[in-house]
Amino acid sequence: MSTRMFGARIERNVDPKLLRGEGAFVDDIPLPDALHVAFLRSPHARARINSIDTAAAKASSGVVAIYTCDDIGALDVEMPLLIPHPSMTNPQTQRPLARGDVHYVGQTIAMVVAVDRYIAEDAAALIEVDYAPLPVEMDIVKALDDGAPRVHAAIPNNLAAHFVQTSGDPDGAFAAAEHVTKITVQVDRSTAAPMECRAVAARWEAVTGELTVWDGTQAPISVRGGLASVFGLDEDKVRVIAPDVGGGFGQKVLLFYPDELLVPMAAMQLGRPVKYIEDRRENFIGSSQERTQIHTIELAALKSGEVIGLRDFFLHDTGAFIPYGIAVAQVASTSIAGPYRIPNIFVEFKAVYTPTVQVTPYRGCGRPQACFALERAMDQLAQELGLDRFEIRRRNLVADNQFPYAREGLLFADGLKVTLDSGQYGKALAMAATELGAENFAVAQAKALSDGRYLGLGLACYVEGTGLGPYEGGHVKIHPITGKVYVNTGLSTQGQGHDTVFAQIVADQLGVSPQDVIVVEGDTKAFDWGVATFASRAAVVSGNAIHKTAATVRKKVLQAAANMLDADIDSIELRDSAAWIKGSNRFVPLAAIATASNPLRYAFNKAAQAATQFAPASKHDGPPLAEGEAPGLEATDYYSPSQSTWAYGVHGAIVEVDPGLCTVKIKKYVCIHDCGNMINPMLVEGQVMGGIAQGIGGALYEHLDYQSDGNLANASLMDFLVPYATEIPNVSILHLETPSPLNALGVKGVGEAGCIAVGAVIASGVEDALRPFGALRFHQVPLSPTMIADVLERAGH
Amino acid sequence: MTRMIKPAIADRSADAQVEVALTVNGEAVRRSVSVRLLLSDFLRHELGLTGTHVGCEHGVCGCCTVLIDGKPGRSCLTLAAQANGYSIRTIESVAAADGTLHPVQQAFKECHGLQCGYCTPGMVMNILGRFEEKEPLDLSDDGIRELLSGNLCRCTGYLNIIAAVRRAAELLGKTPA
Repeated sequence: MSTRMFGARIERNVDPKLLRGEGAFVDDIPLPDALHVAFLRSPHARARINSIDTAAAKASSGVVAIYTCDDIGALDVEMPLLIPHPSMTNPQTQRPLARGDVHYVGQTIAMVVAVDRYIAEDAAALIEVDYAPLPVEMDIVKALDDGAPRVHAAIPNNLAAHFVQTSGDPDGAFAAAEHVTKITVQVDRSTAAPMECRAVAARWEAVTGELTVWDGTQAPISVRGGLASVFGLDEDKVRVIAPDVGGGFGQKVLLFYPDELLVPMAAMQLGRPVKYIEDRRENFIGSSQERTQIHTIELAALKSGEVIGLRDFFLHDTGAFIPYGIAVAQVASTSIAGPYRIPNIFVEFKAVYTPTVQVTPYRGCGRPQACFALERAMDQLAQELGLDRFEIRRRNLVADNQFPYAREGLLFADGLKVTLDSGQYGKALAMAATELGAENFAVAQAKALSDGRYLGLGLACYVEGTGLGPYEGGHVKIHPITGKVYVNTGLSTQGQGHDTVFAQIVADQLGVSPQDVIVVEGDTKAFDWGVATFASRAAVVSGNAIHKTAATVRKKVLQAAANMLDADIDSIELRDSAAWIKGSNRFVPLAAIATASNPLRYAFNKAAQAATQFAPASKHDGPPLAEGEAPGLEATDYYSPSQSTWAYGVHGAIVEVDPGLCTVKIKKYVCIHDCGNMINPMLVEGQVMGGIAQGIGGALYEHLDYQSDGNLANASLMDFLVPYATEIPNVSILHLETPSPLNALGVKGVGEAGCIAVGAVIASGVEDALRPFGALRFHQVPLSPTMIADVLERAGH
Repeated sequence: MTRMIKPAIADRSADAQVEVALTVNGEAVRRSVSVRLLLSDFLRHELGLTGTHVGCEHGVCGCCTVLIDGKPGRSCLTLAAQANGYSIRTIESVAAADGTLHPVQQAFKECHGLQCGYCTPGMVMNILGRFEEKEPLDLSDDGIRELLSGNLCRCTGYLNIIAAVRRAAELLGKTPA
C-alpha cells in the first residue's frame, strides 16, 4: 500500500456489518433471562410528593421489584456536579429517583423491574402518587424576578450561575464608537433526538464479582469510574461497553442518567441481567436538551463598518439541574466574537433554572446561539451603515497573517484562553460569495420580485473551538498471526466513522490497508484511559494519540525488519503489509515480524515457522528479551492538546419565502468550511451535511413546545418536526484545508460544525426576501410560519 | 457484595397467548406469543432478528420497516398476532448467504449513506420494497425524496442516501421512469 491513506475518500470498515443488520446496539445484545425496567415519571413540573403507594403494582403478576428513593440505599443522593465552576452558587444536580419534590415533567419517581417491558409499564401505571402541585414559571426572563415560583426552594430568583468575561477595553470602545447597533435575539429549546434512544443493560457475575454494563453512552470510561465509586467496586471489576450507538449528538455524554445507576443496582440485587430501553417519549421528556438563550448584543462600530467593541448579555436556560456546569453558556460566551477581530469584548450571562429536564450539550453546544446573535447583529449593522453584508464581514475578519489571534481574558470550555490558531477566513467568504452567485443575485432577486416571488440571500460565518483536552490515548498492536493491526482508544463512536479514520492514520505509518486495521473502542476492557466523545475532539485528540503511537510501532517494525533482513534500517520501506528492502524483491511480512518480535518456543503456525528462517528480530546478546524490551510490535501513547483547534466556515443560502403561506423554501445552500487537514473528505462531508440538516431543523422546524404548566406538548416524532429527506435541499460543500499548527496531523474537529450557522443564514435570507414589505426583523429561531405571519401582520400585511 | 439467596422470579408474563404461524425470511415459524406482542419485538426478541430496529414505537421514524407480503410496513405498529399467515422479510435476508452485500446495501456503502446505522435497515427495506414493485421508479431528486419520506435519519442529512438510491438503481439496471 504505497498510496497515502490520510486524505483518501475510502469507504467505511463498519458499514457491511451495519448494512446486514448485524450491528450490536444495546438492545440487540442477547442477555438470556433479562428483566426489564420501566420508570414512573412525574406528570407535574413542580410538586411535593406526599406519598407513593406501590402495593398494587408490587402485587401484579410478573413484577419482580419496585424501587422508590427509599429503596435505593446509597444511590439516594444527588448526582455529581461534573464540571465545577465558581460562577455557580449552590449548584443543583439530579437524583436517581425523586425525593420529596419533583422539578420537571418526566422526572423519575419509581423504577419497576418485571419479566418484560409490557408488564413493567402496566405496573408503573398502578403506582399511586399523591402530589401537591406547585406553581411554575416557564419564561426565563420572568423566572429571575423576585417572588417568581422557584424550581428549587433554596435558590432565589432561580439563578443558577452568573458569569462575566472581558477582553480588551469594551467601555473605551463603546465611548469611541461612531455607531452602535443593538438587538435582542432568541434561539429556542430543542433536542438531539438520536434515532436510537438511550439504553442500558447490566449483568452481575456473582462468581467473579464483575459488573458488566452495556450503555449507549459517549463516555464509557467516565461511567465506569462513576459506577465503581458508587458501588464500592475496584475499577477493574467494572466493565462498561458502549457497543454500536445510534447517534449521540451530545445527549449521551451526560452521566449519570438515573437508569445508568439503577439498572446495574437492580442486576446486582436480583441476580439476573436487567435492561432499560428508553422509548421515544421518555427521550423527549427525560433526556437532556439544549438551546434556549436570549441574547442582547451591541456592536460598537466605526463608520467604515469596523467593529471595535461588543457587549453581550444573555440568559441561558439550564433546565431544572446543572450537572454539566456552565459548559454550554461558557462556549456560547467565548464564541461570541466569531471570526472577527473585535478586540474589545464584554460578555455576561445568567444561567436560569426552569422546571424542565436538565440542559447539557447538544451538537453545537452554545455556538449556534452565539452565532445567531452575532451574525444577526452584523446584518443589522451593515444595513444601518449602508454596507453590503459580505463587505462588512470582509472588513472585520481576522486576516491570514494575524494568526494566532488571542482573545485575552476569554477562557474557553477547556479553561484555556481563546486563541484562533489558523485559517483563511477572507478566502472562505469570497468562495461563499462566488458559489452563491452573490454578485448577480440582486438582478435575479429583482426579476423574481417582478414575477411575484420573494427571494432572499442569507449569510453567516462561524468559528468552532474543537479538540478539547485534557487528553486521549492510543494503543497499536500488530497481530502476530494475521499481521492485522489492532488499535484502541478510550472513546466511543456514535456513527462518526472512527474505525475508518483512525485506520487510515495507522495504515500510512505501517504500510497496511485500512481494512486490515481493526479499531476497537467503547469498551473499558479494550482501553481504559481516556475521557469521552464530545466537543468535536475525536480526530484531533485520539487521532493524534494514535498517530504518535503508530509512529512508535513503525520504528519497532523497521528495526526488527532490518535485523531480520540483515539490512540497513534506512533501506526498509513498509507497504502491502510487509517490510521491503527498497528497490528489491526481498521482504518479510508484518505477521512474521510480529511473530519474530515475540520470542517463541513453539512454532504453532506458518508465520512462526517462517520467522525462524530469518535472523532474530532483536539483535543482542543475552536473553531473548533484552532488559527494557517488550515482546511484540506494540505501543501505547497519549496526546494532550496545548489548546483547542479552531475550525471555521461560511454558510450561505438563497431562500424563497411565500408571504401568503409564510413558508420558507431553501433554493440553494452553500457551505464553505475548513477543519484543517481532512483525514477522509467523504466522512467530513457526511459530518458537515448531517450537521446542516440538524441546523435546518433548528432553523425552521424543531421547537420543544413547553406549555405554561411545564408539560411538553410535542413529545413525539409526530409533533416535534425532525426533517425528513423532503425538507433537506441539495447542498454544495466546498473545502478549505488550512493545517492546524497545533498538532502533527494538522487536523481540527468537524463533528459540530455543520449545525452552527444555519439558523443565522435562514433568518438572514428570510429578512432579505421580505425586504419589499419593509425592514422586517427575524430574531428568533426556529422560524415558524406563524412567526413569519406575525411579523408580516405587525408590519401591516 | 455478600452473596444473597437468589430471589424467586417469574419466568414470563401472564399475558394471554396466541398461536402464530408465519413465514420469516423464507422460513416457516410457529410460536405461541403474548396477544399484545409487537411484531418488532417478536422479530427482535423471540426470533433473535435484531437487525430490525425500533426508533419511536409510533410509526413515524421508519426504523422498524420490514416487508409484509412484499410491501414495506411498520413492525412497531403491527402485532405479532396480526402477522399470522403473512410472509415477513427483514434486513437479515437481504445480503447473500456468504455476506456479499445486495446492490442496495452496496450503494449505501459506496455513497456513505449511513453513519450510526440505526435507521439503515429500515431505509434499506423500504427502498428494497419499492424497487421490487412493478411501478416505474421516479429517480429525480424529488422522486427519491418522496420514496424516502417515511424514514427519518438523524446523522446523514439524507443527501448521501438519495445518492445511494440512485446508485442502487444503476447497479440493479433500473431505468428511471
